[in-house]
Amino acid sequence: MTATASRAQRTRSVVLHLVCIAVGALIVVPVWFGVLGGFKDNGQLSTNPLGWPDPWVPNYLDILGNGVFWRQLGNSLLIAVSSTVIVVGAAAMAAFVFARYAFRGREFLVTLFAIGLMFPFAVAILPLFVLLRGMNLLDNPLGVILPQAAFGLPITIIILRQFFRTIPAEVEEAAVLDGCGSFGFFWRVLLPMARPALATVSVLAIVTSWNNFMLPLVVFSDQSWWTLPVGVQAFQGQYADDTARVLAYVVLSMLPALGFYAVAERQLIGGLTGSVKG
Amino acid sequence: MTRPSTVSDTRRGDTATDPPAPGPGTARQRGRQPRPGRGGVLAVFLAPALALFLLLVLAPIVVAGYASLYKWNGFGLPENFIGLDNYTRAFGDPTFRGDLQRGLVLVVLSLVVQLPAALALAMLLNQPLRGRAVYRLIFFAPYVLSEVTTAVLFTLVFSPNRGLGEGVSRWLGADAGAVFADPDTVLFAVFLVVSWKYFGLYMMLFLAARQGIPKELSEAAVTDGATAWQAFRHVTLPLLGPTIRISVFLSVIGTIQLFDMVWVLTGGGPIHSSETLAVTMYQYGFRRFEVGYASAISIVMFLLSLVFALLYQRIVLRRDTAGAITNQGGQR
Repeated sequence: MTATASRAQRTRSVVLHLVCIAVGALIVVPVWFGVLGGFKDNGQLSTNPLGWPDPWVPNYLDILGNGVFWRQLGNSLLIAVSSTVIVVGAAAMAAFVFARYAFRGREFLVTLFAIGLMFPFAVAILPLFVLLRGMNLLDNPLGVILPQAAFGLPITIIILRQFFRTIPAEVEEAAVLDGCGSFGFFWRVLLPMARPALATVSVLAIVTSWNNFMLPLVVFSDQSWWTLPVGVQAFQGQYADDTARVLAYVVLSMLPALGFYAVAERQLIGGLTGSVKG
Repeated sequence: MTRPSTVSDTRRGDTATDPPAPGPGTARQRGRQPRPGRGGVLAVFLAPALALFLLLVLAPIVVAGYASLYKWNGFGLPENFIGLDNYTRAFGDPTFRGDLQRGLVLVVLSLVVQLPAALALAMLLNQPLRGRAVYRLIFFAPYVLSEVTTAVLFTLVFSPNRGLGEGVSRWLGADAGAVFADPDTVLFAVFLVVSWKYFGLYMMLFLAARQGIPKELSEAAVTDGATAWQAFRHVTLPLLGPTIRISVFLSVIGTIQLFDMVWVLTGGGPIHSSETLAVTMYQYGFRRFEVGYASAISIVMFLLSLVFALLYQRIVLRRDTAGAITNQGGQR
């Protein structure tokens, strides 16, 4: 009886593993094809798409030795970090007020920001472009940083407000007794206490900025400001015939995102699941 | 060019209607209110977020609404007022109507294929299974890749003669790469790539929700004689309801604005057969400089999202704690 039960158990777990491995293969194989393909030339790609490269072709080194990739990496980084600092800063201040002050018009403002959650970015891109052109912010990193920060506000405010509300009023009273004003409490007490929540929203903001394509695409006509997604797409257009080289470029541009995921997995997943639970 | 000034006017107007809004200078006055100078505090703390949001999120929508009533190439001020002609034109345009239809197909596909698959995998990964942390890590990984990288990777995977698809084609005896070139299949190919990137997100949401359900509930059902399927169907699934409904919402909103993936994979082709609203809007707005017409398409996208969101909120999400989106209720 127990023997058949454990055997059923084992069959079941084998089946589950097989399903997981099949799904995993669908994800890993294309990426693996890209990673290996980056070491091949086009001849090898057509005769031997999945096998080991022979000889190993230095596509990766070529790209890394060329300043363009590094420049785009730097631009992506600059824009992601600046957008994140601005959105988290502005949202933390607003969320503080929304969480801890009762005032007329508060619900209206909170709803206003919440409605922003439903604005697809693509809806605003065209007027945003006209607006940025009017403000002379085309080919200027601020032209990407500020709109990204603005569109990140709703989700960031919602998550932070939720968190700020969980900090007991006694903490604030104690801080006030110790001579803290509102600013002192916010800066010296609330923000340090909110570090986990700040980490979560920062990770979400960084990933969103890092992957943004449409906005940098329309804002930067000057190549020296291109971010990685725009660069990857342009590189594909430029070397359309040299599949191996484009594969190498794509794989290199994936690495920072995957590395970041490996480090910040918990914040990222916590943020996404937490924001949906509201 | 006049846009920024009108916008900052609205902003000033808005903060002024907020009841106690003395200037920041009075922030230090004491005694009259439980909190010293709270009006000033409010103004200072809210200003950055409000300024950004009104200027860069709300104003563009208003501008688009205005521009959509003009025939305008985007330069200078719109002067040629044509009323609703841009909208009439859009609804008479086969490409635009096709966009709506294709959007619907994508939504339906994701509701009947992507979300159920994600749900099944989440339930699977909820089982005690050695190495499930690794599976979870892998399944979610595509979500962190940008749509562009994903799209370029898959273009190459299916590139003629030297992609991975070529190997698959030889094995299948059919041309796998042709799925992107055939108007009849391209939309499904795009859908598969979109799902490749996003199913991990939904799986993760379902998994988190599943782990929030006490084990005792389904165990009790099984003890009472329910089969595993019955326990899932009548206990677990209803409790996952809120997350499922939010996922449907995210999926629909995501489909309405789908751009990056399509733009890089197919550019909307062949012959518009994978085009989406956002791609059509981009073509007219940034390629042909028919900014008025493109704005009308933007507004349609906006209204679709808004109407859908409101209806969904009213009809479907109402039961879930008044909806996560406008939930301003008590502490919890």
